Amino acid sequence: MAEFLEFVDVSKTFGRLRAVDHVSLGVRRGEFFSLLGPSGCGKTTLLRMLGGFEIPDTGRIYLDGVDITDLPPNRRQVNTIFQNYALFPHLSVWENIAFGLRVAKRPRREIFNEVERMLALIQMEEHAHKKPHQISGGQKQRVAIARALINKPSVLLLDEPLAALDLKLRQRMLIELDLIHDQVGITFLYVTHDQGEAMSLSDRIAVMNQGRIEQLGTPAEVYEAPRSSFVAAFIGDTNFFEGRVAEIINDDYILMQIDGFPSVVCFNDKKMKVNDLVYLSVRPEKFRISRERPQLDGRYNLISANVEDIIYLGSHTKYWVRVDEYRLAISQQHGRFLLDEQPIRWKDDVWIWWHADDGYMLERYSEADELLIQTPPEEVGQNGAVPAPPRAEV
Amino acid sequence: MAPSRRTLHEILVTTPSFVWLSVLFCVPTLIVFAMTFKPADMYGGLGPGWTLETLRHLANPNYPAIIWRTIWLSAAATLISLVLSIPMAYYIARATPGLRNALLLLTIVPFWTNFLIRIFAWKILLHPEGFLKRALVAAGIIAPDTSLLYNPEAVLVVMVYTYLPFAILPIYAAAEKFDFHLLEAAMDLGASRLTAFRKVFLPGIRRGILTAFLMVFIPSLGSYVIPDVVGGPNSEMIGNKIAQRVFVDRNLPHASGLSAFLTLAVLVPLAVVWVVQKRTSGQPPTMQEVA
Repeated sequence: MAEFLEFVDVSKTFGRLRAVDHVSLGVRRGEFFSLLGPSGCGKTTLLRMLGGFEIPDTGRIYLDGVDITDLPPNRRQVNTIFQNYALFPHLSVWENIAFGLRVAKRPRREIFNEVERMLALIQMEEHAHKKPHQISGGQKQRVAIARALINKPSVLLLDEPLAALDLKLRQRMLIELDLIHDQVGITFLYVTHDQGEAMSLSDRIAVMNQGRIEQLGTPAEVYEAPRSSFVAAFIGDTNFFEGRVAEIINDDYILMQIDGFPSVVCFNDKKMKVNDLVYLSVRPEKFRISRERPQLDGRYNLISANVEDIIYLGSHTKYWVRVDEYRLAISQQHGRFLLDEQPIRWKDDVWIWWHADDGYMLERYSEADELLIQTPPEEVGQNGAVPAPPRAEV
Repeated sequence: MAPSRRTLHEILVTTPSFVWLSVLFCVPTLIVFAMTFKPADMYGGLGPGWTLETLRHLANPNYPAIIWRTIWLSAAATLISLVLSIPMAYYIARATPGLRNALLLLTIVPFWTNFLIRIFAWKILLHPEGFLKRALVAAGIIAPDTSLLYNPEAVLVVMVYTYLPFAILPIYAAAEKFDFHLLEAAMDLGASRLTAFRKVFLPGIRRGILTAFLMVFIPSLGSYVIPDVVGGPNSEMIGNKIAQRVFVDRNLPHASGLSAFLTLAVLVPLAVVWVVQKRTSGQPPTMQEVA
């Protein structure tokens, strides 16, 4: 299986820090591929090895079937968008974009045409003669993209390209990046610690932690079927349950016994046996919450709980509820806002439930990953966040 | 309109240095210029009245050779200093903080020894019976009758030695602020190491280079001790002539004339740098400053 871009068993150590630990990875031609992970997970090192700024200690890197592991940066068909853009401060926007073609000693005519085409692509024609310090962050970003694309790279590397921008601008640049990817059709390798960016842009995501790839898949796969507690907690929010298989109900379902929590039914895609250790992840939005007890079939887990915290977030409300020793995060979209309906309040006794198929069994669990989950500050919701009524029907 | 508080403060703060500069620099310079047009008396002082006698003497055919030598020695010393100090400054700026401090210290250490002593040390180093000469002869690099001392080349070597730290320090100061990611960006875009250095690093430290140019070229033009000690009769510079007119000939107007000429000669490179700086004063701040 020769992929377009391939890392084969690549490792890199800095002093005593193992930045990249035996990573193998294949990226397809034309794909928008993201490396997602917290700072220090090795994603940038991986990118820099592809750019030619670091040489791996072991392993090889192949681009389109050619071993590029030891080539210097200027001999690789890849170009990078640096985190701080790295525009040349002494050159105008026009000359920055032209830089790649100038050092390649292309004919004058071609340089002119290509630069003008790029300026049109990033809609910066009227800023062509400004210096980098005279344009805004978003514009610098676009110039950096044009400067990299003009060399017609096989792969465009993007190192946290939106990190320096404010939220609104970031959202606009996300859309622009997506459009540019569709227009130029080259492979994008995108490094970010922002799961939202990775999820919204990528065809596939590699989630990295401590120099290794935790999981590789489409955004939906890594979100809905996280293999480890790290992936479950780093991408979005979740609730973890630790327990043992008490009973095999049928081919599909087991009863899971949990210390300090009622037993729950879960979907047994891992084909667990009785007494096997199970780690279950249930996303907050998979829960339903209501003061009324609903009528449900046996594949639902229905549990009574007490509300400890409520955060009203407009599009949805977050609840933290107590069930025995567990404190669960529940996120609920609102139905119609009915003035006469009593919303759920702090300290209310409520029913919570989720479908057995909506929990996902993890292959690996580490207690440290619990820290990645957002917990509310104490006392939130007590003084008057007004939650809208939840939908009662399922 | 009354000056604002701020302007008043600025005036108060700048007055001392302004007075210092005018009384102790501008006025003496003007006096030197004026003395050119006074006659000399036989006791080394100034005679009464005004004369153009000195200007006639400056037309002496010996001077063009000395002036030309002064300029080319200074230019060569400046060029060599810049060529040596740019890679040096680059290396210091990229070194780890510990090594960087050590290298900077080593750059400054020569100043702890008296300038004259260091020049005399060179005289011993280059002496016909000296270690360096013998080593070079033994290695077959030079003929036994070659003289390392008392020629313009010796003056040049010692001038580079003397002024090199003045080139390294300002270039280092500029290189230290340079964002080295820009070199990676240049190489990423297809530039070789050398091209990246030439097209991105050198423009990035341009101001440091200009300062270094002034710091080396101007003192070089006024060199007097170095050609006096390690130079010979054929490596006199304008500084030596001025000293000779003052101490030997005791002809102050003549010395003043030469000094005035030197001052005007120094103003030319200053003006050039000033114009260049002015044209690039819109130089953008570094990456970090923007981000």
